[in-house]
Amino acid sequence: MRPFRYEHAADRAQALTFAGAADSQYLAGGTTLIDLMKLDVIRPGTLVDINALAREHGEIAVEGDHLRLGALVRMADAAEHPAVRRDFPVIAQSLELAASPQIRNMASLGGNVLQRTRCTYFRDTSWAACNKRNPGSGCAALAGVNRKLAVLGVSDRCIANYPGDFAVALAALGATVDVEGPAGRRVIAFEDLHRLPGDTPHIETSLKPGELITGFSIPSGPWTRRSLFLKIRDRQSYEFALASAAVALDLEGGTVRAARIGLGGVAAKPWRAHDAEAGLQGRRLDEAAARSAAEAAFAGARAHGQNAFRIELGKRTVVRALLEAGRLEA
Amino acid sequence: MARDTGPGRGPSRRGLLTGATGAAALPLVAAGARKPEPRHAPPEGSPHMDITLSVNGRDHRLSLDPRTTLLDALRERLDLTGSKKGCDHGQCGACTVHLDGRRVLACLTLAASVQGRQVTTIEGLARDGGLHPMQAAFIEHDAFQCGYCTPGQIMSAVACVQEGHARTDAAIGEYMSGNLCRCAAYPKIVAAVRDAAARMERA
Repeated sequence: MRPFRYEHAADRAQALTFAGAADSQYLAGGTTLIDLMKLDVIRPGTLVDINALAREHGEIAVEGDHLRLGALVRMADAAEHPAVRRDFPVIAQSLELAASPQIRNMASLGGNVLQRTRCTYFRDTSWAACNKRNPGSGCAALAGVNRKLAVLGVSDRCIANYPGDFAVALAALGATVDVEGPAGRRVIAFEDLHRLPGDTPHIETSLKPGELITGFSIPSGPWTRRSLFLKIRDRQSYEFALASAAVALDLEGGTVRAARIGLGGVAAKPWRAHDAEAGLQGRRLDEAAARSAAEAAFAGARAHGQNAFRIELGKRTVVRALLEAGRLEA
Repeated sequence: MARDTGPGRGPSRRGLLTGATGAAALPLVAAGARKPEPRHAPPEGSPHMDITLSVNGRDHRLSLDPRTTLLDALRERLDLTGSKKGCDHGQCGACTVHLDGRRVLACLTLAASVQGRQVTTIEGLARDGGLHPMQAAFIEHDAFQCGYCTPGQIMSAVACVQEGHARTDAAIGEYMSGNLCRCAAYPKIVAAVRDAAARMERA
């Protein structure tokens, strides 16, 4: 690991000041950052430890028709929270199906949504060609080991997938992100937090230098109780998704009034399947309707050899998630 | 408050192992034998920080490179080598310790970031000279082969019970999934956790 300066921020104002240093990174749980610093993928000059900000940004609260989650809430605490489990099951499940108990105790929600891809060519610096790590160097994954990489939202510069689960639930439910930075406070739609790779896969989010995620706001709706997170993976626990679906349904009789669908594992960023949602509206939720929603969700998918099977796997994940959500008591 | 000292209970198991290996190897390498590098030499680069680590109820003043993980501080500075370095990337769980009573990975935790918090390692688990019920259960159920993952398994298992996640075998499997065992002693680990959970709840 390369040398860095370590700064302990006592509060948010101090954190923002420290983060003015060149090449600074915020440190919360460290489960992505320390790992990637050991691998020499991330090389910060300054680490700003923001764990003390849990005093300001560590709350879980239901405020009116919104669930508020502070950025310094740990994954395990949000997953165990009774109101989250009861009213937002898709969020609780996305968290408890992620990582391991130790990592869920460490990782903050703000850091979790910013976790980096698991693409081997990004994580292993002995590969020269990675446009995300080394802009302009090419993409070794296009014709390489890409079984677990993305089929949605990819470009010819990068097919890295977004690996997380919680962010997929936030995308599906239309959450917003509170951000504080040198220029003040702003609110970003969660769907606009992550960027598609396009020609600049090294720019992953719309956050500006020094900006800090302070919390999330998730609107509740008639669909949030009838929601679930389905995660398909190579092993049963402690594994990233090959495909995942975050589904929330508002049903009247057996007919869909509103659907929310997020996709994980298969996409370059936390993915919301708007076309699939629109196609379900007003339809009776049966296998044919679920299948046509799945086809719509993957209409723009592009495979690169080894990962071709994940298009069909992703569709079947959507079908099963929709039908299981339809059977929930809500 | 101890400064840069270990537990101070005479020669450590690790010290003896190192010595024994050195003695066995001596005839082969005597001609080319070199003085070993001082083990506590600080790495070059970052300005050092003076911190206090609270481990198993004792405070330790340390001057550390900020890059030092909690795992390296425990093993290399405090001679608490029960916490193991397996992958060093948060994938195996061998380094599991408790931070303010919650299980975390010491390999992905910077020592500087846990000042003012209570660290418990496998060395701090036994009470009143007797083994913790989880340690006893692992021995009774023969819940290991090589033993390298065992301290992490036990620290994780104690937390698993305290969290209320050890009520069924399926729950134990799910909530112990962060601890890998390359010897695949999993069935016996599950049996040990189930047994210890019953004893811990009675206690």
